[in-house]
Amino acid sequence: MKNILLICFKEFKGYFVSPIGYAVMAMFSLILGAVFYSQTANMVSLGFRSQMMGQSQPMSVNDFVIRPVLDFAGTIMLFLMPMITMRLVAEEKRTGTIELLLTSPVRDIEIILGKWFGAVLLYMCVLGMSLLNIAMLFMWGKPDLKPVLAAYLGLLLQGGCLLAIGIFVSTTTRNQIVAGGVTFFVSLLLWLLKYFTEFGSTLIAQVGNYLSIVTHMENFSKGVIDSRDLVFYASMIFFWLFLTLRSMESLRWRA
Amino acid sequence: MIKVEGLTKRYARTVAVDNISFEVEKGTIVGFLGPNGAGKTTTMRVLTCFLPPTEGTASVAGFDVLEHPMEVKRRIGYLPETPPLYPEMEVSEYLKFVGRLKGISSTDIAKRVDEVAGRCALGDVRDKLIAKLSKGFRQRVGLAQAIIHNPEVLILDEPTSGLDPKQIIEIRELLKSLAGDHTIILSTHILSEVEHSCERVIIINRGKLVAIDSVANLTNRLRGSEAVALEVESPAGHPDPTEVQQRLEVVSGVSRVVMKDSRNGRLIFEVESLQGRHIRAELARTVVNSGWNLNELRPVGLSLEDIFLQLTATEKGADGGNAPLEVEGARK
Repeated sequence: MKNILLICFKEFKGYFVSPIGYAVMAMFSLILGAVFYSQTANMVSLGFRSQMMGQSQPMSVNDFVIRPVLDFAGTIMLFLMPMITMRLVAEEKRTGTIELLLTSPVRDIEIILGKWFGAVLLYMCVLGMSLLNIAMLFMWGKPDLKPVLAAYLGLLLQGGCLLAIGIFVSTTTRNQIVAGGVTFFVSLLLWLLKYFTEFGSTLIAQVGNYLSIVTHMENFSKGVIDSRDLVFYASMIFFWLFLTLRSMESLRWRA
Repeated sequence: MIKVEGLTKRYARTVAVDNISFEVEKGTIVGFLGPNGAGKTTTMRVLTCFLPPTEGTASVAGFDVLEHPMEVKRRIGYLPETPPLYPEMEVSEYLKFVGRLKGISSTDIAKRVDEVAGRCALGDVRDKLIAKLSKGFRQRVGLAQAIIHNPEVLILDEPTSGLDPKQIIEIRELLKSLAGDHTIILSTHILSEVEHSCERVIIINRGKLVAIDSVANLTNRLRGSEAVALEVESPAGHPDPTEVQQRLEVVSGVSRVVMKDSRNGRLIFEVESLQGRHIRAELARTVVNSGWNLNELRPVGLSLEDIFLQLTATEKGADGGNAPLEVEGARK
């Protein structure tokens, strides 16, 4: 446990020594801010218009702003995730510091979990940037809190999944760019899977739909915490971290 | 302290280490000498549990590298060929991280970092980023990292490569001050390195063990000595091996007599001379005068000597990555 935390904080600090941490946070806030602005402005003008027509309908901030914004946050993350994970192991392999980790009295699983938690921690910080926008809504409006929490839980799980995939890819190469590229490709594929298979009814389409990380996000963003989705994300994370462990072990006999 | 038995490491197509066995006693400094690509790094990587052996066993402080890797890792300080440094960290921050990783408690860590920083003369650069350090300082940080948890065994892969002469001397002094309570294995392809800092030397070449001996013995045995193989046969049945050996040993100029083989009453010896002595004529006379037949007398090239020559050449010449070692292979 001590070792996991040690490696976790080392990785987390590393993000802020290099520009990566700041860059990811800035890009995320900028894009999300733009989306937030357009959604909010849209809602406000819709509200004015319906008032002027004299038929004011009840409008939910949750449905009009929070849900689309947080959905979009998940999509931005798909693209930013490779930047977070690509260097995790690939860089250590390239510079030879992996030799330090593997010859220290630390188990492989501790190294992997440490790195994964470090990445999750950064991811949480990036995600935290969106709290600024959401907080504004709470200051001047009365959105429902519970669906927001559910959506954040979903984002966290989805992110954990993508990070686990990214760290696995990072163990397979010593080239950061390759690691980043492949992770991006896999993220994109998992994202597209939903659109390819959405309306299919064949078994393949159903399996594809089930495996798409994005489909399981839908319930969360509606504010529904379904145990099926929890199990899906938990097992995806477990599966990819397990593969990472195997891949790390194979470094030893392939080296 | 370190025990290696029948160690073999094969990569996909090449055999990096071929059936090596040796032991290192507690508190000694051992030089691991061999030309580039001899298998030094691979052997060290097996000892540090970085690579598993293909065959054979290796143990450190009684713990097998495969069965109890954690115990081995706890007792080992390792400096790989390129120091494993995180350029984005400050020196003291890095040492603290490694120290904690090696199991030093949070209460002791500050004291240990101070201690190794002092020992490796890192006082002035403690707050610098590793990325900004010169090669010599990086090497010292690497060394500090290896000794931070006060390990029983230190494994150093070419600790002085790429340093200037002054820095090399500093590292040597540091190593000497560490000997005694630490067992140290250091690899090098430079002969004088071993002469300066090691008590014993293990020479390997092309993955095979060539010699293990004390530095003084090896130097004496090799500098300008000559080795002769001779086959002795007695006309009156089997000659007594010990008698032959004794007679050969008293020949003037002989330093070592080793019986290599005996078959059908024929004995084969290998005789080495002292420095600069020619012993062949005297050996022949002794054998014949004792009433035995001398079937064969021929000089044998010491493969060890070839390597020695090659190593000396590497030292003098520009750091020749692929200095000629074909001599030795051709002889076999």
